[in-house]
Amino acid sequence: MAALAAGKRLKSAVCATEIMIIAAPDGDVELECGGAPMTDGEGNTGGSVDANYGEGTALGKRYVNEDGGLELLCVKPGDGSLSSGGEALKVKDAKKLPKTD
Amino acid sequence: MNIMMLLEMAASGCPERVAFVDPEIDASISYQELFDAAGNMAAILRATDAVRFAMLDVSNIGIPIGLFASGWAGIPYVPLNYRLTDPEIENLLDRITPAYLVTEPERVAGFHDRKGVQVSSRTDFVALARETAESPDAWSMDPEDTAVLLFTSGTTGAPKAAVLRQKHLVSYILGSVEFMGADEEEAALVCVPPYHIAGIAAVLSSVYSGRRVVQLANFSAEKWVQLARDEKITTAFVVPTMLSRIVEELAGATNADMPHLQSLSYGGGKMPLSVIQRAMELFPGTDFTNAYGLTETSSTITVLGPDEHRLASASDEEDVQRRLVSVGVPLPGIELEIRDEEGAVQPAGSRGEIYVRGEQVSGEYEGRGSVVDSDGWFPTRDAGFVDGEGFLFIDGRADDVIVRGGENVSPGEIEDVLLEYPAVSDAAVVGMPSEEWGEAVVAAVVISDEATTEQLQEWVKEHMRSSRVPERIEFWDELPYNETGKLLRRVVKERLA
Repeated sequence: MAALAAGKRLKSAVCATEIMIIAAPDGDVELECGGAPMTDGEGNTGGSVDANYGEGTALGKRYVNEDGGLELLCVKPGDGSLSSGGEALKVKDAKKLPKTD
Repeated sequence: MNIMMLLEMAASGCPERVAFVDPEIDASISYQELFDAAGNMAAILRATDAVRFAMLDVSNIGIPIGLFASGWAGIPYVPLNYRLTDPEIENLLDRITPAYLVTEPERVAGFHDRKGVQVSSRTDFVALARETAESPDAWSMDPEDTAVLLFTSGTTGAPKAAVLRQKHLVSYILGSVEFMGADEEEAALVCVPPYHIAGIAAVLSSVYSGRRVVQLANFSAEKWVQLARDEKITTAFVVPTMLSRIVEELAGATNADMPHLQSLSYGGGKMPLSVIQRAMELFPGTDFTNAYGLTETSSTITVLGPDEHRLASASDEEDVQRRLVSVGVPLPGIELEIRDEEGAVQPAGSRGEIYVRGEQVSGEYEGRGSVVDSDGWFPTRDAGFVDGEGFLFIDGRADDVIVRGGENVSPGEIEDVLLEYPAVSDAAVVGMPSEEWGEAVVAAVVISDEATTEQLQEWVKEHMRSSRVPERIEFWDELPYNETGKLLRRVVKERLA
């Protein structure tokens, strides 16, 4: 997997999930969904979701790695769950802010 | 990144929900319909030679269609101020052609022969977007694409066009709005004009949170109160002048009788203490939020939340009480510093210019480049100070722009017009505190021949918009200058007070 720029959109190779990169560390970053590397190409190519990464993604949720350096936004949900180099990403709690506009 | 992604998510999360309502013509559009209309219009825009999409109109359903279609087509969306004079509008159009222009039906004929402009009436535009069935190619996800060009009135001559890129607007929304955070029954009343950054932010925030937006095209306190009740509005944003009028409209009432109104936020100018206090009495169950931001920062950068409003209003301590007129603390994605004229960061309590940094901050103007420094800090030109607890207080503009009813008024332009009057030999225009407008336009002039206040007001009115007419004019023997010939506006203000 190559370097990830903020704003880049990637698809799962094994389910309907699509994500946008919000923040990523410099250098090469591994990113998988449903246990398979994510792509910026065709998307679901017919493979199956690895049962260890099958909890699913939720629309509009943000996902982060342990140190918070990698952050993604789920823009289309699917059956696979997100991981980076095998490490499962967690849902980031949304901060409650007052409505401003 | 692209604002279209925000709409795509909303259309996928709640396709059937009503997105925008125009009560004037009893029309509405759902999230899926808005997504489809944006796609249709994007395909149509791509087939033209337009490099900009211009919107010269009041709030209506065409506004969100135009904003998102521009994002999809990959051309900047340029909302124009419909209160400008015809020559002013012509000047702005010169700077954005070739353009696809949407305007109110009454204005269309005036642009039919305009070179570089393909014009469509609001009615035709909305019908075209909703009735065709195109399948456009995907939108660009390049974060550097320009999403919006917004003309601001600066201190000198021609308006500047603030450049807001996709990354700025998307970062602002992702950092401040929870996706689908709104319940099914939530509704926002949007009464700020669509050419104001608050109008753009209102569209994007509402879409991402899945709220129904009720559009109020021409604000009046009476209509606002009626719509808020009839449409069971749950959230609204007003500028201080509007809140002042709403409070007047409700004069005599002990309670606003709007049980659905959960939150009322305000910004765009200085809120008089008496107005916010009275509003909190009239709306006891409503959460008040003061939002401070600029065009160049993609809207809100600091927030005084509902809890702080209640704490300040209930407190006996002067330091806590006065927070009711502060603009609160920075959003999580924003850093803020107060600096003096030499650029040194100021401690709490010390007045200086407000600098901000964050992903939503643009600070770039078309043709002039960016005013953001190498470390990412943007000088707001607003002056203020931060108290010991981190609450920001705004204290005028670093460069003397008058903020009247949320509208920036350049004193220099009015002075120039006054100086063209034969009997006027010198003129100074300043903003003075006003309950109604936040700041009122007041002038001090030196005359060499006979002239009355009425004559000078009429003169300004003939040459400028009515908001520029000084509401008070004093006649002095001379104006105060420093040794280098710079007008001492501070002294003018002190003498006018």
